[in-house]
Amino acid sequence: MSSKTLFYILKRVVLALVTVLIVISITFFAMHAIPGGPFLGEKAVSPAVLEALEAKYGLDKPLFEQYTTYLKGIVLDFDFGPSLKQRGMMVIDIIMDGLKTSIRLGVIAAAIALAFGLVLGSIASLRRNTLIDRFIMVVTTAFVSMPSFIMGTLLLLVFAVKLAIVPANGSTPAGMIMPIITLSLYPMAYITRLTRSSMLDVLGQDYIRTARAKGVSYPGIIGGHALKNAIIPVITYFGPMLAYIVTGSLVVERIFAVPGIGRAFVNSITGRDYPLIMGTTIILASLIVLMNLLGDIMYKLVDPRISFE
Amino acid sequence: MKKNPLSMHIDVDAFIPATAEEKKYLVQMRESSTFFRDGARRLRKNKVAMFSLIVIVLIILSSIILPMFWPYSYEEQLGVRPGKRVDPSFNNLSPFEYGTTEQARIDAGESVFPHIFGTDSAGRDYFIRVVYGTRISLSVGFFASIIVLIIGLVVGSIAGYFGGKLDLIIMRIVDIIYSLPDTLMVILLAAILRVTLGNRLEGTALESIGSNILSLFIIFALLYWVSMARLVRGQILSLKEEEYVLSAKATGAKGGWIIRKHLLPNSISVIIISTALQIPSAIFTESYLSFLGLGVNAPMPSLGSLASDALNGINSYAYRLVIPAIAISLIVLSLNLLGDGLRDAFDPKLNR
Amino acid sequence: MALLEVRNLHTSFFTDAGEVKAVNGLSFDLEYGKVLGIVGESGSGKSVTAYSIMQILAPTGKIVSGSIKFDGQELIGISEKEMRNIRGKRISIIFQDPMTSLNPVYNIGHQLVEALKLHTNYTGSAARQRAVELLRLVNVNEPQKRIKQYPYELSGGMRQRVMIAMALACEPDILIADEPTTALDVTIQAQILELMNSLQDEIGMSIIMITHDLGVVAQMCDEVVVMYAGEICEQGTADEIYYNPHHEYTKGLLNSIPTVASAGTKLKPISGTPIDLLNMPEGCPFAPRCNEAMKICLGKHAPKMQINDEHIAYCWVNVREGVADGSIVLAEPADTLADKEVAVYE
Repeated sequence: MSSKTLFYILKRVVLALVTVLIVISITFFAMHAIPGGPFLGEKAVSPAVLEALEAKYGLDKPLFEQYTTYLKGIVLDFDFGPSLKQRGMMVIDIIMDGLKTSIRLGVIAAAIALAFGLVLGSIASLRRNTLIDRFIMVVTTAFVSMPSFIMGTLLLLVFAVKLAIVPANGSTPAGMIMPIITLSLYPMAYITRLTRSSMLDVLGQDYIRTARAKGVSYPGIIGGHALKNAIIPVITYFGPMLAYIVTGSLVVERIFAVPGIGRAFVNSITGRDYPLIMGTTIILASLIVLMNLLGDIMYKLVDPRISFE
Repeated sequence: MKKNPLSMHIDVDAFIPATAEEKKYLVQMRESSTFFRDGARRLRKNKVAMFSLIVIVLIILSSIILPMFWPYSYEEQLGVRPGKRVDPSFNNLSPFEYGTTEQARIDAGESVFPHIFGTDSAGRDYFIRVVYGTRISLSVGFFASIIVLIIGLVVGSIAGYFGGKLDLIIMRIVDIIYSLPDTLMVILLAAILRVTLGNRLEGTALESIGSNILSLFIIFALLYWVSMARLVRGQILSLKEEEYVLSAKATGAKGGWIIRKHLLPNSISVIIISTALQIPSAIFTESYLSFLGLGVNAPMPSLGSLASDALNGINSYAYRLVIPAIAISLIVLSLNLLGDGLRDAFDPKLNR
Repeated sequence: MALLEVRNLHTSFFTDAGEVKAVNGLSFDLEYGKVLGIVGESGSGKSVTAYSIMQILAPTGKIVSGSIKFDGQELIGISEKEMRNIRGKRISIIFQDPMTSLNPVYNIGHQLVEALKLHTNYTGSAARQRAVELLRLVNVNEPQKRIKQYPYELSGGMRQRVMIAMALACEPDILIADEPTTALDVTIQAQILELMNSLQDEIGMSIIMITHDLGVVAQMCDEVVVMYAGEICEQGTADEIYYNPHHEYTKGLLNSIPTVASAGTKLKPISGTPIDLLNMPEGCPFAPRCNEAMKICLGKHAPKMQINDEHIAYCWVNVREGVADGSIVLAEPADTLADKEVAVYE
């Protein structure tokens, strides 16, 4: 790996850390901008919790000191404080519970999207302008344009309510089928289109003509020369795709009642559970930033041309 | 001398030199026209884009016109009359059903305007709520995109034109905002602004817009201008480079002509297309937030909030979910297809 | 029998806008061991001719009619499998832009070895060894190191040498070079041409050199075919074409070359613009731009005229001059002809 690449990666890592710091800060100060403050402005907070908060954050101390205390707690101990609304639970525990479920959901959805997307996109590019290509393009355009919550609710309606094939509730393994499919649809459609246009682009390149002129067979050209080049843009989409899955899970988990971190986040907002809001926001944001960072790094590593430039 | 069988019949006159007109006749030059006319022609040929355009125009027109003469308003709960007991017969009407008092009027010979989509659980005419929701979604999407365009245009132009340290600082800020996870921040800020703004707006002119929609605009203004700024800056930089190169070639007046004829329309069209594609994205975001409960204030409907409400009654009133779902999908899809069509028609780099 | 015999080749591209007639009735021969130059401006159909021979046209392209005989075997209509056996092995091609013609994600060694594996019995380390030898053959320095490098790490001239090495890996009978030096610096250009010359002597293959540069032609070619708008204007030895051109287009090309002697005078380009291949006229495609154009030029294609043993041309001016100086004999008018018509025999 060239030093130029290493330097670039280092820059990206620093940017990512700065971003996370900014997110934490925005979250913190935004919460405290609420009239009455996030903790005291809410009624019905049990005295026990209030005590814990007081001890932790020193609620009458100057704002900036509260900020540094909070920051230190996170960075050193992963401690986000107690939940306001869920009695006796620490935010970090709630987060970890939800994270397990959500990660499982997301990884499977990503794998499905990648596998199907690559295959369908390649087929579409090789059978350009035929019926199957047009069909694939129409379907993917639809999926790419429909908001995820629309897809989710419609799928819920059709398969869970009307046809009753799968359970509507996402807590059981069988109940995970619908949320996984819903989550994978947008990235799958996107990857299909990306693969298709990338393949078409590659197939028109001069080096493909060279390979043909050398006498390479058709499968050799597609599988060897074309695919390796065509995959590059898809790999760079990896990061954004994973980031999408994180945000998409917010909606999907709500629709299908999946007990993941996305649902915890949304509920915390509507329920005004401020420590939980802060905690989930920071974790989710850090996840997204991490995904984007991974995507950037992969992009650099994959294309030898780019690392040269 | 070789015997070359060159046998043919020739008209001796044919060996007279050809005139310039005769030659020109054979050379059919393809008509050249301006960049925009070319693009418009290409767009018109694109059937999908044209169809989408018609759909959008129809949707916009109906969302503007229909509420003007529709006898029901989006917030009017038909079963609630001041001073009288709440009449529950108006709630959850199926399409084309009527509440008790309405039925009575029909029996008496009056004609009552039908509830095409029935009513919701609070007795409000659903059709007009959907239409109004469309209006909200469209206007939010449109105005948010305009805000993004203006801010991005200004910042990007400054960065690109002045360059140097100013450019560097602005671009660092752009990088940081760009790497923030936007949906998350949007949700967070929406939640905060709801609460903080709500109180402050009472009594001001902005109250009618609603604190939620206002917070949406603020969020867009804060976060979404960055891609536009980058785009504008990139265009300005390439314009500067062309100018430099052209003047270095010392072609005099021709330099400015080329910039005006080719580069400027190119840049403008790229910016317009980007804005056009920003609109469905904004509508998407707005309905997403409304779905999560962070969008418009009740009782104002948004297609997203209507879909969210319908989730509760999904078992018995499935159509209440399907209708706003179709509406949003139609709007976003048509706008996307139109935007794609615009890009295909006006992007000179795309070779067909 | 010539090594390559092209007869009446018609190749078109079928696009949304219509049929683009890229090659219209081209015929020429390539003899064993000779270098043939195909000269013409952009859009004249030179590259399409090469792609037609190799049958590597784009999907919208199709050989409409004609015959291409290679070493006695008709190439048009043979199976793809048979054609693949010829490509890279018996007929090779190198392209204009070496930057984009090499696959960026594979290293040089891999691409050379691929050529060897396809058509020869070289495998494994023997193949790699052979690849190094090939690089040495084309004067690439430090071949052991270059084997592991990627295309972007090489300069333009070196990339073109790699292309040549790849093309020659299986010792083809014909090497087609499609504007091999156009994308290179003038100094590198000279080196590459020298290399090709010496390789041709060593290996004894035939070369088709496609170019728009008359200087390259003068340096390399035994015979020249001049093309315009997909049709042949004239063919002859290099000397004949340069010193005794018999087509107005060729004359225009030669006239437009600025020389030291003409320094200070106005340049003499050929007026007008290239023809639109979607709307081909009936007659000679060059007529609209030709100063000597006659009415018959606009309506009818000129017949093939044998100027001498080594030179043929397709231009009505030759017919006119032939009639004028008596080398073309007019036959007695027959009863069936109209008053003004004459039967012409040469």
